[in-house]
Amino acid sequence: MNEVLLRSLTPSVLGVLVRRGADFAAAEDAVQDALVEAVRAWPADPPHDPKGWLITVAWRRFLDATRADAARRRRENLLDEEPAPGPAPAVDDTLQLYFLCAHPSLTPASAVALTLRAVGGLTTRQIAQAYLVPEATMAQRISRAKRTVSTVRFDRPGDVATVLRVLYLVFNEGYSGDVDLAAEAVRLTRRLAVAIDHPEVAGLLALMLLHHARRAARTAPDGSLVPLAEQDRGRWDSGAIAEGVEILQAALARDRLGEFQAQAAIAALHADAPTAEETDWVQIVEWYDELTRLTDSPVVRLNRAVAVGEADGPRAGLAALATLDASLPRHAAVAAYLHERDGDLTTAARLYAEAARKAPNLAERDHLTRQAARLNSRRSR
Amino acid sequence: MAKYLLLKHYRGAPASVNDVPMDRWTPEEISAHMQYMRDFATRLEETGEFVDGQALAPEGTFVRYDGEGRPPVTDGPFAETKDLIAGWMVIDVDGYERAVELAGDLSAAPGAGGRPIHEWLEVRPFLTAPPTVTE
Repeated sequence: MNEVLLRSLTPSVLGVLVRRGADFAAAEDAVQDALVEAVRAWPADPPHDPKGWLITVAWRRFLDATRADAARRRRENLLDEEPAPGPAPAVDDTLQLYFLCAHPSLTPASAVALTLRAVGGLTTRQIAQAYLVPEATMAQRISRAKRTVSTVRFDRPGDVATVLRVLYLVFNEGYSGDVDLAAEAVRLTRRLAVAIDHPEVAGLLALMLLHHARRAARTAPDGSLVPLAEQDRGRWDSGAIAEGVEILQAALARDRLGEFQAQAAIAALHADAPTAEETDWVQIVEWYDELTRLTDSPVVRLNRAVAVGEADGPRAGLAALATLDASLPRHAAVAAYLHERDGDLTTAARLYAEAARKAPNLAERDHLTRQAARLNSRRSR
Repeated sequence: MAKYLLLKHYRGAPASVNDVPMDRWTPEEISAHMQYMRDFATRLEETGEFVDGQALAPEGTFVRYDGEGRPPVTDGPFAETKDLIAGWMVIDVDGYERAVELAGDLSAAPGAGGRPIHEWLEVRPFLTAPPTVTE
């Protein structure tokens, strides 16, 4: 049985239950029960109509739970007071679920967890493992999130930007466990792109595909980070790159630029270069200028300083860096790199060591310590 | 079984025998050290003695309550803090002897020149739940 196929049915099954009048939290529980039941029953007795099977089982579970619930009467009264179902909703169920799970009343951590469960069909245990928290903690986070959104009406479109931020978080801050969160984020974004025609959704999907394509080359066998310039480009996934570039070009042609499209354009320029030396840094700087215009983020300005260093030489990069706040994350690492390229190995080694002390994760810390060690051992020779 | 915390300090422990900061090692020596640490954790997982391991950033903040309706007061980070924890490993072992043996192995991780660091690690027993039989 294909677990991903099973999980891909989750949002539409959940949508059917909600449309039939189940409240979101109870419907979501019922769908989870049905998924667990499917994992148990399908291998021996695969259904002809998997979606129909899931709807039947989930609906039965919902009714059982509702009947068992002491609040049954209250809930039925509530249903009686609901207006009769009108014409078919303008926004499809899957899209509504994305909006609901990324609702602005939720914290980012809650929105991520709820999206992975209600849209992604992952179990609480899988999500807990992925984010390195106890299962009970994640269960609590999800049930609080469901309570928070339980009063949100299910029939009007939300803000697609909030959904994109949640999917970006899943992609970018996925940790470990037996679920590949980056791949899951790509899958969920792909589905979103089918449900809604929006250039930034396409931009985010392209960005994810282009970064995901480099994954095999990004870490050495011993787990250490391999910087972009040193990656074996033969190990990049050319299929994912081609798809990402095609999606991006179609999005850019619509002339509604946004930050994800601009970020994807930068990733595409890296992907286009057969070797690191052939990278079109001038164009990359131009895209960073666009990004600065769109977001005015100090992190973008920092990355721009690196690109300027490559396009116009390390002195120009250092000049761009000098205009930025030195307390920015990774400022010391960027300064170290530019000083090394400028030939000042003593300053570079000192800054790499400082950057290692400030590194936000172990992989970066080890990488920066190695950089300092590499320069120090070269100088002492 | 008994749980122990193996504490590694940035500062506050007595000086190691092979006391050279890591950015003064060669890249190969760093790789050998990392491999040793990974192998150590893997071995503990295989023997069923590993519970948890985490590394901490060197800079932290002190925080305290400042009264009703006020935001908490923060202070630091302090450059002069004497005791600075770098990370920990929690192990669940048969007893104190085994905890000391494992801490000794961990302290033998190779450093500059490929020689053991002889780093001082602190071994702290967890306070456990009371036993069922008390007499």
